[in-house]
Amino acid sequence: MLSLVVRRLGLLVPVLVGLSVLLFAWVRALPGDPARALLGERATPAGIAEVNRLYGFDQPWWQQYLTYVSRIARGDFGNSTRTGQPVLDTFLERFPATVELAVAALLVAVVVGIPLGYLAARRAGSWWDQLVVGGSLLGVVVPVFFLAFLLKWLFALELGWLPTAGRQDARIDATHVTNLYVLDGLLTREWDASWDAVVHLVLPALALGAIPLAIVVRITRASVLEVLTEDHVRTAEAKGLLRRTVSRRHVLRNAMLPVSTTLGLQAGALLAGAVLTETVFAFNGIGEYLFQAVNQLDYPVLQGFILVIAVVYALVNLVVDVSYGLLDPRVRTA
Amino acid sequence: MPWFPPTERRPVRTVLTAAALTALLAATTSCAESQRDDDSGSGGSSSAGGGGTFVFAASSDPSSLDPSFASDGETFRVSRQIFEGLVGTVPGTADPAPLLAESWTTSADGLTYTFTLREGVEFSDGTPFDAEAVCANFERWYNRTGIQQSENLSYYYRSLFRGFKENGDADLQTPLYKSCTADAANQATIALNAPFAGFIAALSLPALSMQSPTAIAEHRGDEVGGTDSDPRFSEYASAHPTGTGPFLFDSWDRGQQVVLKPNPNYWGEKAKVDEVVIRTISDGTARRQALQSGDIDGYDLVAPADVAGLEADGFQIEQRKPFNILYLGINQAVPALQDIRVRQAIAHALDKEALATGTLPEGTEPATQFIPDTVVGYAEDVPTYPHDVARARQLLAEAGQPDLTLDFVYPTGVSRPYMPNPEDTFKVLSTQLAEAGITVNPVPLKWTPDYLDRVQGTPDHGLHLLGWTGDYNDPDNFVGVFFGKKSNEWGFDDPELFGALDQARGLPTQEAQVPAYQAINRQIMTKLPGVPLASPIPSLAFSAEVSGYEPSPVQDEVWNTISLQGS
Amino acid sequence: MSATSAVVAEAAGSAPTSAARGRAVWERLRRDPGAWAGAVIVTAFVVVALAAPLIAPYEPARSQWIGQITPAHVPGPSADHLLGLDSFGSDLFTQLVHGARQSLVIGVVSTLLGLLAGSALGLLAGGIGGRVDTAVMRVVDVLLSVPALLLAVSVAAVVGRSALSVMVAIAAAQVPIFARLLRASLLAQRGRDYVVALRSLGLRQRRIVVGHMLPNALGPLLVQATLVLATAVIEVAALSYLGLGQADPAVAEWGRMLVKAQERLEAEPDLALWPGACIAVTALGFTLLGEALRQALDPRARR
Repeated sequence: MLSLVVRRLGLLVPVLVGLSVLLFAWVRALPGDPARALLGERATPAGIAEVNRLYGFDQPWWQQYLTYVSRIARGDFGNSTRTGQPVLDTFLERFPATVELAVAALLVAVVVGIPLGYLAARRAGSWWDQLVVGGSLLGVVVPVFFLAFLLKWLFALELGWLPTAGRQDARIDATHVTNLYVLDGLLTREWDASWDAVVHLVLPALALGAIPLAIVVRITRASVLEVLTEDHVRTAEAKGLLRRTVSRRHVLRNAMLPVSTTLGLQAGALLAGAVLTETVFAFNGIGEYLFQAVNQLDYPVLQGFILVIAVVYALVNLVVDVSYGLLDPRVRTA
Repeated sequence: MPWFPPTERRPVRTVLTAAALTALLAATTSCAESQRDDDSGSGGSSSAGGGGTFVFAASSDPSSLDPSFASDGETFRVSRQIFEGLVGTVPGTADPAPLLAESWTTSADGLTYTFTLREGVEFSDGTPFDAEAVCANFERWYNRTGIQQSENLSYYYRSLFRGFKENGDADLQTPLYKSCTADAANQATIALNAPFAGFIAALSLPALSMQSPTAIAEHRGDEVGGTDSDPRFSEYASAHPTGTGPFLFDSWDRGQQVVLKPNPNYWGEKAKVDEVVIRTISDGTARRQALQSGDIDGYDLVAPADVAGLEADGFQIEQRKPFNILYLGINQAVPALQDIRVRQAIAHALDKEALATGTLPEGTEPATQFIPDTVVGYAEDVPTYPHDVARARQLLAEAGQPDLTLDFVYPTGVSRPYMPNPEDTFKVLSTQLAEAGITVNPVPLKWTPDYLDRVQGTPDHGLHLLGWTGDYNDPDNFVGVFFGKKSNEWGFDDPELFGALDQARGLPTQEAQVPAYQAINRQIMTKLPGVPLASPIPSLAFSAEVSGYEPSPVQDEVWNTISLQGS
Repeated sequence: MSATSAVVAEAAGSAPTSAARGRAVWERLRRDPGAWAGAVIVTAFVVVALAAPLIAPYEPARSQWIGQITPAHVPGPSADHLLGLDSFGSDLFTQLVHGARQSLVIGVVSTLLGLLAGSALGLLAGGIGGRVDTAVMRVVDVLLSVPALLLAVSVAAVVGRSALSVMVAIAAAQVPIFARLLRASLLAQRGRDYVVALRSLGLRQRRIVVGHMLPNALGPLLVQATLVLATAVIEVAALSYLGLGQADPAVAEWGRMLVKAQERLEAEPDLALWPGACIAVTALGFTLLGEALRQALDPRARR
């Protein structure tokens, strides 16, 4: 297990080096002066000269690249041209919000998706099966931001059941420790703050969870179908085990493997989806910040966030791979 | 989950699931509602205000809590609650009024200003507000060095006072500020090196508001580290702003919200609410929806399309008197546009009336010149160019440009008070130009840095949309900003106009400036460097509970007058 | 050539000839209701896109009736305008019809770009193997480590704002997927009997890969391309939402129309629902067709 982790971390190194080269080249490929791009609208000639010196834009490219990498290695990703805040600080401030949202979305996907997929597989071919499969397709073909708008329109504006925006009611005096608001409320025993954060999570999580939900439904259905035909299940059923026991012990467990793989692969898509969902719900995580960065071409933020997101993405996939071992004994020995 | 069908096989379980979901949803709603009730109920117990929490949505975080290092509206929105200047504004106008200075006198040569200060005022840290404090503030700005002089950090001081004690870069000139003397505890005299007719009006800017010298020293407010592009603000600017205003800083949760509490020792009318939360919601649609769902009590920059709907739903719309101008810029670096007939043709092709009713807030009037009618020096008798397509075509034919094609640069992803929806404005204008036979090649660009870079930094544009919101009542703040010197934006070099503006700026009093600026406005509209379109009315929206909000044309809106009813 | 085919067929043993296989696939497709639904939607979409000028009653994106638009009101359906106007004063029905054309062009071109570039990488990796494989796959890993939408955003920032940049951006995000797919499929064929047989006949590696392995891998690529067409239609909308779409705001493009209409969702829901539905139905059509193809081509997934 440990060697797997080490090997996978080793594989991350070339990816990061490649990505840093790519991002380095990217900023230089952007139209216009990189110094001007970094400085923004009130760039003065003196300021441009200062940035050129500071970032070493006047040096040969390989030297520039080394400077860039050494800055990153020191955790210096530069400052946002929009707010002046250090990129890494902003990322760390906002990341918990996105983690909270992503976890909630995955929770929606798993809690709703696995039972649906399982039931569909058990009654493969029935109209119920068709409905679930068709419904899950719908989740994939509607643009995420449009779905978010529709959810907000229906549940927050028309019905008034849920809040439209934000992570917590501004009128609640909540203490924040980890910036995971739900957890913070539990830690500080401010139950109302915690509950309020949950309420604010419902709609964004539904919108963001739609695509993973559809995928979980389909994968669960497919793998349950596959497992159902495998010998050990047939044997178990032949042995006269209760159908429910068979399903829980054998079918679901074996079907979990592809589901967890798929969820790992979804991490990147979730982050991209978060850009759209967080913006619609003014959920102040990294997605919403990226949206603003895209809108105002805040290059240091884009550059830094993409790199950090890639690392997070790789780590999530690593965790998923390790979790195989826990779910499937066959992988453990490999 | 309406598609959870009760099946014959496992009816119990399915029904249970559906029931559980329904219960969960019901619980969610009821809790959300009771939450709100609890909050407003508990609001009454805390302090004298007894007015609950006022939640306002801003479009972005403040850039700093020290307004002297800022130039953006969202920073000033916060600092206006915490700080006050020597001079304020007459409510509902852009005209200067006494605030921390009760009165002032000007010497005949316009070089010396003596201020009589309000007595018995203290900064919220207990430091007395007196002539020493006034001088400390002026000296603080004047003595800035290094990166603190950069446009990024001292935008307003630089452009108003032109220079520092020791100028750090070549763009700076001889400073206007000379000295500050504390004649008595309640009397301070400021001496200038040259006349500055807009001095008093300029002192109403939040960037020049009075801050506690003790607090600045204690929290190292003058130690701004980093570089021009990478300023690291001090502890003072991020957590300890200290002023004389009706609110005290409480907390700033970056990217989320700023919380203010009432100042119990405020010298004037004390705040009626118990707490103010300024929450950051960057998306305009999300701000509106947050108001509709009761998450917030008010927001700024209401889109014209939303006004009618909000009013119909029982929300209050507060309109500011427009103190801005939206114009169509014409760049004379493009050879065809150097011909005055072509520029006149463009002006005749435009139907400003239709533009205003189609895309701008209701009640917006077309503009005839580059300043709104409330500004000193507005001229009634400027040349006008009524909508006349035939005349436009005729002028184009005379100029030998019957099928002119122009790049029309316009910004995207931005909404300014003078330009609520650039895309719509662009679309209407380009359709009108097409009717007169001018083909438009659309060039949409991101507001920053692309758009401003292209329009202000390069000569590569034909037509463009831009405008300005005035900071205080001074014509130089409009036409001086636009046409003061040769620029990439307009692409013309006109010593006559530049000279007239320079001379008008140097006049000692505003009375003397009125005829000078009227002449300048006539001159500009004859030369027609661009077409002033309108002064759109900026709107704010509030829930029905909010009362006492006083909109100001220069956004000098202080929230101590606000109260929340039924809470 | 025919001699080698015969040998291959022989070597493959029970493997059916390509003609027979094609018939089987066709047979499976014919029996799949999803395939029918997908085919009908896709055909309708393509017909509308190609015949847009014949179907649409007016010229698109002209804002002819912009005078009737006010901030508070957009005229709804009338005798002259089947679905009313859009918020820039063009005929909504006309805009929707011409939007199909935009989607088709952007979708097909970006998919082709992604397919070609991705296949080239995949062919290098899977066909040559060894160091080349490792190097190419590292590049693909790097591309995969950036979420597709962010990759598209990065590309759009460099290329600028135009229909072309949207296509390149969407294609860029699909490159690693096609590359992996083709590589995997080539690797899987390596040990197959017919490849071993061809090699023993002394055929050069390049001919085996291009002449025999590649055609066999086309099925999965085709499936993926169909599915990517669905994604492309949706991604165009996402890019528009991020402000990276086409230049002219009034252009007949579903994503832009949808984004613009969000502002008025409560007052004029039709303006958003029509383009939203067009995107969803088109994406659904390509997805259904792609899924059906996948199942038809891959007998294991037949169910």
